[in-house]
Amino acid sequence: MLRQPLTRALALSSPARAAPLAVRRYAEIAPQPDKVEVFIDDKPVYVPPGTTVLQAAAQVGVEIPRFCYHERLAVAGNCRMCLVEVEKSPKPVAACAMPVMKGMRVKTNSDLTRKAREGVMEFLLVNHPLDCPICDQGGECDLQDQSMAFGSDKSRFTDIHFSGKRAVEDKDVGPLIKTIMTRCIHCTRCIRFASEVAGVDDLGTTGRGTDMQVGTYVEKMFLSELSGNIIDLCPVGALTSKPYSFAARPWETRRIDSVDVLDPLGSNIVVSTRTNEVLRILPRTNEEINEEWLSDKSRFACDGLKRQRLVTPLMADSRGNLTPVDWEDAVVAAARALRDCPPDKLLAVAGDMADAESLVALKDLLNRLGSENACTEQYFPLEGAGIDLRSTYLLNTGIANVEDADFVLLIGTNVRFEAPLLNTRIRKAFIHKDTDVALIGPKVDLTYDYVHVGESASIVKDLASGTSAHEVLRKLEQAKRPVVILGADQLKTQEGAALLAYTQELALRLQDKLEDKNWKVLNVLQRTASQVAALDIGYKPGVGALLSAGPQVVYLLGADSGVVTRESLPKDAVVIYQGHHGDAGAAIADVVLPGAAYTEKRATYVNAEGRAQQTLPAVTPPGQAREDWKIIRAISEVVGVRLPYDNLDEVRDRLSQISPALVTYGDVQNNNYFAQARALAQSLQKPVSGNLDVKLKTLEDYFMTDAISRASPTMAKCVQAVLKQKQSTY
Amino acid sequence: MAGALTRVIQGSKSHLGIVGPLVNINNGSVRYQQTKTKFGPLADSDRIFTNLYGRHDWRLKGALKRGDWYKTKEILLKGTDWIVNELKTSGLRGRGGAGFPTGMKWSFMNKPSDGRPKYLVVNADEGEPGTCKDREIMRHDPHKLIEGCLIAGRAMGAQAAYIYIRGEFYNEASNLQVAIAEAYQAGLIGRNACGSGYDFDVFVHRGAGAYICGEETALIESIEGKQGKPRLKPPFPADVGLFGCPTTVNNVETIAVSPTICRRGGSWFASFGRPRNSGTKLFNISGHVNTPCTVEEEMSIPLKELIERHAGGVTGGWDNLLAIIPGGSSTPLIPKDVCSTVMMDFDALVAAQTSLGTAAIIVMDRSTDIVKAIARLIMFYKHESCGQCTPCREGVSWMNKIIYRFVEGNASPKEIDMLWEISKQIEGHTICALGDGAAWPVQGLIRHFRPELERRMAQHAAAHGPSRAERLY
Repeated sequence: MLRQPLTRALALSSPARAAPLAVRRYAEIAPQPDKVEVFIDDKPVYVPPGTTVLQAAAQVGVEIPRFCYHERLAVAGNCRMCLVEVEKSPKPVAACAMPVMKGMRVKTNSDLTRKAREGVMEFLLVNHPLDCPICDQGGECDLQDQSMAFGSDKSRFTDIHFSGKRAVEDKDVGPLIKTIMTRCIHCTRCIRFASEVAGVDDLGTTGRGTDMQVGTYVEKMFLSELSGNIIDLCPVGALTSKPYSFAARPWETRRIDSVDVLDPLGSNIVVSTRTNEVLRILPRTNEEINEEWLSDKSRFACDGLKRQRLVTPLMADSRGNLTPVDWEDAVVAAARALRDCPPDKLLAVAGDMADAESLVALKDLLNRLGSENACTEQYFPLEGAGIDLRSTYLLNTGIANVEDADFVLLIGTNVRFEAPLLNTRIRKAFIHKDTDVALIGPKVDLTYDYVHVGESASIVKDLASGTSAHEVLRKLEQAKRPVVILGADQLKTQEGAALLAYTQELALRLQDKLEDKNWKVLNVLQRTASQVAALDIGYKPGVGALLSAGPQVVYLLGADSGVVTRESLPKDAVVIYQGHHGDAGAAIADVVLPGAAYTEKRATYVNAEGRAQQTLPAVTPPGQAREDWKIIRAISEVVGVRLPYDNLDEVRDRLSQISPALVTYGDVQNNNYFAQARALAQSLQKPVSGNLDVKLKTLEDYFMTDAISRASPTMAKCVQAVLKQKQSTY
Repeated sequence: MAGALTRVIQGSKSHLGIVGPLVNINNGSVRYQQTKTKFGPLADSDRIFTNLYGRHDWRLKGALKRGDWYKTKEILLKGTDWIVNELKTSGLRGRGGAGFPTGMKWSFMNKPSDGRPKYLVVNADEGEPGTCKDREIMRHDPHKLIEGCLIAGRAMGAQAAYIYIRGEFYNEASNLQVAIAEAYQAGLIGRNACGSGYDFDVFVHRGAGAYICGEETALIESIEGKQGKPRLKPPFPADVGLFGCPTTVNNVETIAVSPTICRRGGSWFASFGRPRNSGTKLFNISGHVNTPCTVEEEMSIPLKELIERHAGGVTGGWDNLLAIIPGGSSTPLIPKDVCSTVMMDFDALVAAQTSLGTAAIIVMDRSTDIVKAIARLIMFYKHESCGQCTPCREGVSWMNKIIYRFVEGNASPKEIDMLWEISKQIEGHTICALGDGAAWPVQGLIRHFRPELERRMAQHAAAHGPSRAERLY
């Protein structure tokens, strides 16, 4: 419904309607339109035509109060808080919606403006409950703050003695969002977010006038993987976090900037802690990655950090039960197993959330023991260029640039659940830039329309060779900025190498013809936060052959996805598990070494586009758990092959020796050698016939995918709620 | 919606920059001298709506007899500029309440085309309490409206007209639909309308009975199938209107008089009424009069004469008059002494601190509980507020609470000023004009009947002790 020709035309012609974008490297350089001069409180400012008064004011540092306006959502103009006086206009105008006109003189602090604000503020407070002391928004409430700044100093709501205030029934929209609808000020931010960004048209208004209510029409769960963002958007306490309810006040908490590791995008987050406990996770603005959104798993799975934790070293006793032991015993046992094992019978497996520091330490340790058998759980074909050329396994286009694409081809990925915030970029392009999307793989709900080309891998082959009769081929070839995204899960199969080869062929054939030589077409969407760093460091992707060779000692570095099982190992194999959760890996271990989760260490993660970022310790690891690279460093000492680094800086020096990209935090290196990769892949173009399948098909599959989210009660509730909602007729 | 723009236009001299085009009516090519001193009664030969009372056949045959569809083709062939100029000459101002010059409004549509189609939307959502003029046109003279659509459509190069008719108007919609079918069959509209080579369709869209859908942008939203909530302006409908295309929204009466203006000439129409207020107008007289009626009269006719001539006078005689709401429920009332002298046109009523609105005259004699009457109007506005923007949603329901206490006097006299301020806090701060329309009746009441409010409060306090509202002061 949103995507009507006109809405798009408007969005393109008026910068006021489209969200302001950061300057992109690949953005077309449009001819600079003449700027108009306007005066904000007599300060002149030059802005492009179409800028709103509010944006112009922001440029000279004048903050106009607002409730309904949000820079990433469409303009609603309904709260009227941003009314300002404009010279020669008899009525105050809504700054958020009024485009500037030449010579306009705006007075943001005149009597008329102040009176208008005070009036609106009074009206908003007339029916707003005075329950700030028990409201979770307290301390971070726009209404509270702005009523202090712009409201009246006293109440004259005499009707409190007669009819009182309005009361509205609360709605049940699922286990994540708590609603106290009496507090709602009807700004409709949540509605606009749901329909524009999340692509779920469940929220809306019913009723008229003072009886107007924001809700889901019929009571149902808000079925979105981005639902938590409406909590941040809500300017009052109408929508608050259910898991966080009554937990803490914002001024009691410590806020630590960090990076999310539950999906491959590395969204920037803020971890709120109090008394060494992670209370909640909020998004941190990063225009290149997550804008200011955060997916629900990344936001709400943090209660999983307190459950199922490994807090002490464990060793299997004579009956095979894991019992707590001292660090010394555990380290010695692990070291002995490693030392006594023939190098070719040694296997190290890195899991989904391993950081670069521990990865490099473990690989260095193995190398010093004479083994090269360090691998990751996730597979990637080694044929052709394999992992030698970085561009073959990265999201080369870049997350932010995807929204500039004019055609997106998704191959075997449900990007909505594998990387929700990448999906919002595609949806943004779809809505605002007329981008078309095609999908090869099972039909899934991506929140926007797409052409479903089919499920067979052979379609990729036909597209790559240019023999396909499908209209998608023509569209791809005509596209000026096409994007091809291949889901890394497809590479696990027998035909993975061929599929990758065809995808490379297709993408590079398109890329060669582009006018914009900097535009990258080929993207591989990894599934985990650790994979890119592991491949950069030189881990072999996949355990396949190494596992079937029958290793004697297996060192699992947070490997919990069930690739290594007891059944797949020889009977006498020793399993050392290092990690933070008692999940699949710890269950099969002989020695368990408790590590730190991502909120407890300063560690490097490289996201799907190859951007290195670091987490910061928000809390200390629980019990006797330790930072991961230090555990490995300690073992190396006992084994007798001491690793040459004693502190984090030295580990990072080692990382930069391997690849400077691993320590250039926040940056993406320019990837290249596409042509070479293509040439190497050409011999692999064998016939493919299999069907592509994705693991995460619907919302209930999304919530519990790794050790942390599997341990999270909130995520479990979400799964239950979604399943229950699916039985409902609505 | 009545009167919103008139108010703005009359704001103050220094604001004339914004309403420049309006001023041109006085200073531009068509300059009138005030020579007439007597306005009304209208001669029968000058009536536009000759079947207002349904005494004749309303269908095509009867309409043709009354002169509708006469030389429509010739009018169409004279072209856009001629029609718009004729309308400008006539000085016709929108009959829906705001009184915007129609000729100029139509000329906004004649910008170079960007490929989008243009639409004419006719606002037949006559929801303003007291107003009952459009329904008379639609059930008794529907062909005037359809012909008007065609001519207006031609003048702005529109592809089609959408007539948004109020849901409650069942018979009117039915008659209108029959008339449209007749016109299609006779080749008057549709492909090659009237043989002029111009294609024009007319659609009827029935609303569901929301007052707010009479606001032009809410009406557009409603036709598009969305909730009837007003849009932000700018962009104005002339840029982005129905289905995103340039659109003009006109009242039924405005459209229905345009064929006659084109046939008899703009200067004929301009000969009625005072300059800037020219033409004939349908007046609806209701309330405490002996014979309530809808009547076509000359603009600027004195209110007293209008009531006495056509409505049989106020019940119990002119001296029994208490107050009159002159332009539909949203305009401020005027007390008897003002009523005795005021003329019924845009400027005279603005000078009397009220507005012509839709010219729906609600007469209240001395038996009226004036506070209760206004309270009932506010209740109507509270019920009809769309709830989109804050001042209207919260303010009007608050005013409603206060004024119902005023009815029994259970309030503090200080609250009268508070109510005034609240109404001022709503006025001009909302997206559409409904907020203004809700604020004005209250302002009219306080302006003219403050002693009555204070008397009730004193009476209530004497009987029940001080009101609880005093506690906050």
